This record gives sequence, C-alpha cells and structure tokens, in this order.
Amino acid sequence: MAASHPETLDQLTFGQTARVVAVDGVDAISARLMEMGLFEGEVVESLGAAPLGDPIEFLVCGYRLSLRKNEARRVRIASHE
Amino acid sequence: MSEPLTIALIGNPNTGKSTLFNALSGSRALTGNYPGVTVEKKIGRTQFEGRQVDVVDLPGTYSLAPRSIDEMVAVNVLLGRQADVKRPDVVVCIVDASNIERNLYLVSQVLDLRLPVVVVLNMCDVAAERGIQIYESMLSCRLGLPVVRTEAHRQRGIEDVRKAVLSAAAGSAGATAKPPEPGSSGLKIFPEAFRQECQALSAKLTEFGRPETPEYLLERMLLDVGGWLETHAETPRQAELTDWLHQARARLAEQGCPVPAVEARSRYAWVRKVLDGVLVKPTTRPVTFSDKLDRVLTHHIAGLAVFVVLMLIVFQAIYRGAEPVKDLFTAAQQWVAGLVGGLLPPGPLNSLLVDGVVGGVGSVLVFLPQIVVLFLFIALLEDCGYMARAAFLMDRLMTRVGLSGKSFVPLMSSFACAVPGIMATRVIENRRDRFTTILVAPLMSCSARQPVYWLMIAAFFPATYYAGGWVGLRELTMFGMTSLGALVAIPVAWLLKQTFFRGETPPFVMELPGYKWPSPRLVLNRVYDRARAFVVRAGTLIFATNILVWGAGYFPGDHSQADALQVVVDQAQEELAAEKEARLNLETRQHELATQLKSATTEQQTLGLKTESTDVAGRLTELDQKLEALSGETALKVADLNRQRSELLENSLLGRLGHAIEPVVSPLGWDWRIGVGVLASFPAREVIIGTLGTIYSMGGDEDGLPTALQEARRPDGRPVYSIPVALSIMVFFALCAQCSSTLMVIHRETNDWRWALFTFAYMTILAYLGAFLTYQGTRSWL
Repeated sequence: MAASHPETLDQLTFGQTARVVAVDGVDAISARLMEMGLFEGEVVESLGAAPLGDPIEFLVCGYRLSLRKNEARRVRIASHE
Repeated sequence: MSEPLTIALIGNPNTGKSTLFNALSGSRALTGNYPGVTVEKKIGRTQFEGRQVDVVDLPGTYSLAPRSIDEMVAVNVLLGRQADVKRPDVVVCIVDASNIERNLYLVSQVLDLRLPVVVVLNMCDVAAERGIQIYESMLSCRLGLPVVRTEAHRQRGIEDVRKAVLSAAAGSAGATAKPPEPGSSGLKIFPEAFRQECQALSAKLTEFGRPETPEYLLERMLLDVGGWLETHAETPRQAELTDWLHQARARLAEQGCPVPAVEARSRYAWVRKVLDGVLVKPTTRPVTFSDKLDRVLTHHIAGLAVFVVLMLIVFQAIYRGAEPVKDLFTAAQQWVAGLVGGLLPPGPLNSLLVDGVVGGVGSVLVFLPQIVVLFLFIALLEDCGYMARAAFLMDRLMTRVGLSGKSFVPLMSSFACAVPGIMATRVIENRRDRFTTILVAPLMSCSARQPVYWLMIAAFFPATYYAGGWVGLRELTMFGMTSLGALVAIPVAWLLKQTFFRGETPPFVMELPGYKWPSPRLVLNRVYDRARAFVVRAGTLIFATNILVWGAGYFPGDHSQADALQVVVDQAQEELAAEKEARLNLETRQHELATQLKSATTEQQTLGLKTESTDVAGRLTELDQKLEALSGETALKVADLNRQRSELLENSLLGRLGHAIEPVVSPLGWDWRIGVGVLASFPAREVIIGTLGTIYSMGGDEDGLPTALQEARRPDGRPVYSIPVALSIMVFFALCAQCSSTLMVIHRETNDWRWALFTFAYMTILAYLGAFLTYQGTRSWL
C-alpha cells in the first residue's frame, strides 16, 4: 500500500517525484527541513539510498539533500501531477 | 584617514565563502575562539583602497535561527552584541548562483537585521553548466542591493566586491545598499498577525525587565520553538515568558500562521517574488558530470569500495607517510641534543636543555607531520565535495552508537593519532555530537600505544601459531589490544549521549554539494591554519608538561657523581671505538698480505710477506686481549652508571611518587617501578619504555629490555612480570589518557579545561578498572 500511494517522503520510490503537503512537528528538525526548501507545494525527487538503506538522497530546489528515514517521515507528500 | 571598517562575511556552506574570505583578506587572518564557545573567530585585517578593513568570517549556515550558544554567536556579531567584535558596517552575503533559491532564504534573514548588504553571486560557472541564467541587474533592482558577480576560485570579481563594500559603507550607492526603513519590520515579509504578536512580545519583554530587544530577536523567539532565545531570555520570569510564547503560537496557528511553517512559507514566497523573471532555468535538470560521478560514488557496491580504498589511503598516509618526516625530526632532535650536549658539561643545565627543552620541542613537532597529512586529505576531500558523501555512506553505521556519519573520519584518524583526529571534529556542526566524538577519540588505539604493546608481547608472549600457522598468538594479542579501545568507545559514547550530551538526535539534513576541483590555495591555507593553531596553542602547553615531568624525574638528587661517571664512560667508549677501528685496519692488512702471498713470485718476496704476516697476527692477538679487557671495563662502568641513574630516578620526586602509589597499583599486579613508568608516561604513552629502561638499569638499550623485564624479581624472589601483569599493563595503556598532547587539544577544541580533565578522569578510571579486572581475572589460570 505504501509503495503505490506513498504518504510520507521516506516511502517515495527511487526515481519518483512528489509534492510536499506539510512538514509535521515544530522542533528544530522540522524547522531545518523547511529552511532547506521542504515546504508545502515544493516538488521533491527521491534519488536513492545509502548502502545500508539509510539515509536517502533527494533532489530539492535543484540541489541534492540527504535525509535520514525518520526525518523524511515527517514530510507528508501527495502525488505530483 | 577615514574610520576603519568592519565587514562580516556570511553564506551557506559550500558556496566558496572561505575562498572569498582568503581573497578579500589576504592570507593573514587572526584566528581564535569566541569567548565561552567553540566557534572559531576568524578576522582578516586588510586594506580596501587605503582604508583599513576587518573582515569577520562567520561560520557557514543555512539559516540564522540560533538553537545553541554556538549558533547564537553569528547573530550576536551581526547585531553588534558580541562584546569583542565591532558591529559590522557592511554584511557581504555570498550566494551560490546554481542554488540561488535556498541561498536567498538566508539573505532575507540578514536583511531583517537592517544592515547594509552586498550580495555576491558566486559559482555562476556551475549555474551556467546547469543551464541556469540569472539577470543580475534585475536581481539588484528587486533586492534594492548591490549584486556583484564573482568566480572566487579564479580570483575574479574580487575588486568589484571591494568597491561595492566601500560604496555601501559610504551609503553613496544611490538607491541601493540602504537598509530597510527603521521602524518597519525588516522586509515586511511576515503576515500582519505575526507582526502584531512581535509587538506584543516586545511589550511583554519590557514588562519582564528586558526592554529594547532587537526586532529580529523577537521574531526568533516566536519562531524557534525550544530555540536558544526562548530558553535563554535573560529574564527572571522565564516560566511566564514560555507560557506566553505557547499562547502566542497557538493564537498564530488559529490565524493561519503556524509556527515555524510561517517563516519558510513567507521567506520562500519573498524569494519567489524576487526571482520571478530574474531566474531562468531549464524545465528538466540537465545531467552533469557531477551527477554521473555521484551515481558511482554513492553506489551500494562501487561507492563503498571507493570509500574503503580512500580511507585506507588516508589512514596509511597518516600512519606510514608521516613516518619518514618523523624520523627526520627525531634525527634532527638528536643532532641538536648532541650539539648542546657537546657544548655543556654534564649537569642539570645540560639535562634540562637536552632532555627537557629539546625533548619537549621534539614531542610537539612529532605531531606536525600527522596533522599536516591528515588535514591535507581532509581539506582536499572537503573542498572537492566528497566529505559529505563519506558521511552519507557511514551514517547508518555511526547512528548505532548514537553518533552521525560525520564522526567517522575523525574517529578513524584517531587510530593513527588522536591529536589530528580531535582537531578534525570541526566538520561536525552539532555540539553534542562533536563533543561526544572528541571525548571518545582518545580511546581509539593510536600509534603511540604500539611500542608498549610490542614490548610486552615480545617479552611475555611466545611466537606460537595456531590453525596451521595462519593465526599467531602475538598477532592475536596485538589485534585484541588494538580493538579494545574502539569496543569500549561504543558503550562510552552511548553513556555520554545519555548523560552529558542528552537531547534530541540532531538532524542529518545535509546538502550533498556538487563535485569540483579542490582549490590548492584554500587547501594549503587550511593545512597551514591547523598546523599553526596546534603549535601555537597546544604546543606551548605540551612543552611545559614535558619540562615539568623532566623536573620531577631529575630532582631532587645529586647527579654530580653520575655526571662525572658519564664523562668517564664517554671517554672509555671513545677509546674503545678507536681500538676497534685499529683492529679493523690490521685485519684488512692481514687479508691484503694473504692475497699478495698467493701471487708472490720470488722467494725474497714470500719471505718478507710472511714476516709481516706473523707480526700482524701477533699484534692482532695483543689488541684482542686489550679490547676484551677494555670492553669488560667499559661494560662495568656503563652498568655502574645505569645503576646510578636508576637510583637517582628512584629517589627523585617521580620515584617517590611511584613508591607512594604502590598500594594503589598493586591490585593491578604492578610494583612501584611500573607505577613510575606510568607516571612518567603522562606526556606520551611510549615514554614508559625509556623510563623502564632507566629503572632496570638498561640505559638506552631497548633491545635488551624484554630480557630485563623477564628477569626482574620482587624482593621475595618472585618474578615481577607474568602474562597477567603484561596483559594488565597493555589494557591500562589501551584505555588510559597518558597523552598530555591529546588533553591539550581537547582543551583547545572544547574551549574548556573541564572537558580535558573529565577525559583524563574517565579514561584513567576505565583503564584502572580494565587493568584490575584483567589481572585478577587471568592470574589464577595464566
């Protein structure tokens, strides 16, 4: 289910893009995610994971960003049309 | 002559900020720490068109949202609230043109500080490669700020930056460079509801006894939930303030301005508006060489293989590559010692100069090759963009011990030497992670422990082989000792994270910058910086420790007899050497005669040669007897001297301390001599070998030391050493902090004596417990 309809950024299939709906949480990590360009409406592409499966590399705002899975889980996404 | 100017340089990481700093300030920068924090203060003093300018380099950051005291420094400098730095007259904001959207986020925050700003558009070549085009005059108009295009790594556009800074400072750049109107809320990018809460907060703070808080700090207090300003509001009514902030944020959420989302939303909306029509980029991102390279370097198999090979090269280079330079230093040290020793008669001054001063300088310089080699690699890997990938690859592994991927390289380097390893922790931005890494780094088995292990292994572990010769007992012991520290470091790091450095896991939200050729200037600059910082700030203290320990081992005691004997021994050894040479000459002559005899043609010739041959043989026998007597005599004198030196050490302050701590170390299976060795090795672990040599009257004969240890007896005739004792010594050295240089570097890097003391205390306790358990656990069956 997660694979067909990814709900958070960590579930996004490699090579796929999605639109950010919201970032959960109000702490420093969530604030940092938003500062780095992950906020509502932004389009993100998942590029691939590190050899041990974590962290994951994303393309945001035209640059490469590495996020741990538990950080990516805070980013809610919707399919990007 | 006009007033000196202060300018601050700020920008995202990986934008070429350091290159611009070097280009603007020349290479002469004063570095130090801001008081009370670990952030490095880097100020370059230079002249722009004859006017004195101080360039303050602020740490690279994505955002001016202080979460720790270290991050607060940058904001305080910009607001003129940092006591030791003048408020900047102009802020130079460096922007990565290939990544301008995210970079302008920081620019919008800097503009809220209401200082004249010059925007420097760097890395336009990378942007062009990606098909990105920026109309800079239009950007300048939209921002109302001067925009200068540079290629800092090619030294292009630097003069334009200087000019822009001067005119911004003079306020004569026409409509540009003017800070937003005072009284307005900076750029006015926040919604009305938020601005009203800011005003309410200002009133509240005045009521709480903290009037006239700068507007930017008010915004931050509202926006950064649990941030530095909320938790350190410098008001006695902290709890009340926290309550009020919670309520204010709830009110904001109701009005559709949820904190902290409202900041990203408002600032990025502003960025979009500024860039509309200014920035032209292709709909599909072109695949650059950097992207293709990244596919290989972060690949599951290829990426890991490249990583392992690279790390092996780095490790070998520190471990082996520094060796020839170290040998050169040691040779130079001996040469200087010989020179000084030759000029002065034996005595306290001679000993102070040779053993104290020259030895002390040597023990500082011996670290330089390792520091230079490691930082050469680190600067290269960092500047070309690989360092972020190394952290990316290793992160999962390091999170298991509560650290992040950025701790990997410093910890790995510590296997060669903790001193450069600890200095390398500067790449870790998070304070808790950085301090944890610094505190466990000395547990990694460094190269100074190896000689201690080898001595014990050579003396007490037989060269037994198992599994058909594949596994050796000695090698196995060595491997065990080398791994011990790293294994112990895992629970220690975990414990530190649960106690002193407790807190939420720092984010690993890390940019993976594009690859580029490293700039030789920047790399060399960084290496020079690190090496200089070590010599100047840690070196003096390491030197002082050496002198202190030398004094403790020399005083009190009457060295006159030993010194007189030393002169006799030196003469006897010279005489012995001369006689040996004479013997060698005679031997050569004998061989010559034998050859000539074979080719002799006339009888007369043969007779002459034979006579000389007999004569030479006679003289040789005579010389041999003389040599035997002389070397016997000399050996006795040397033994006497070594015994005297040993007694002097035993009666020195250090020796007395060793006796005093005997009850403490006897549960480890040690006698007072080992205690003295451990005390004397405080400056550096390997010093114990020389000290044991002196105590066992071996002088400098280290090859004979294993035998001397085997033969050492307690007063009751039992051997001092056994396998359990050797194991106990090795475990102690694996875990102890007997390295003053490491402690000095910890002090320097944490900017606090207490962390150095803490490291010494915890490692000594660990080492004692480890040695105790090892000895008591093994002595019954080994």
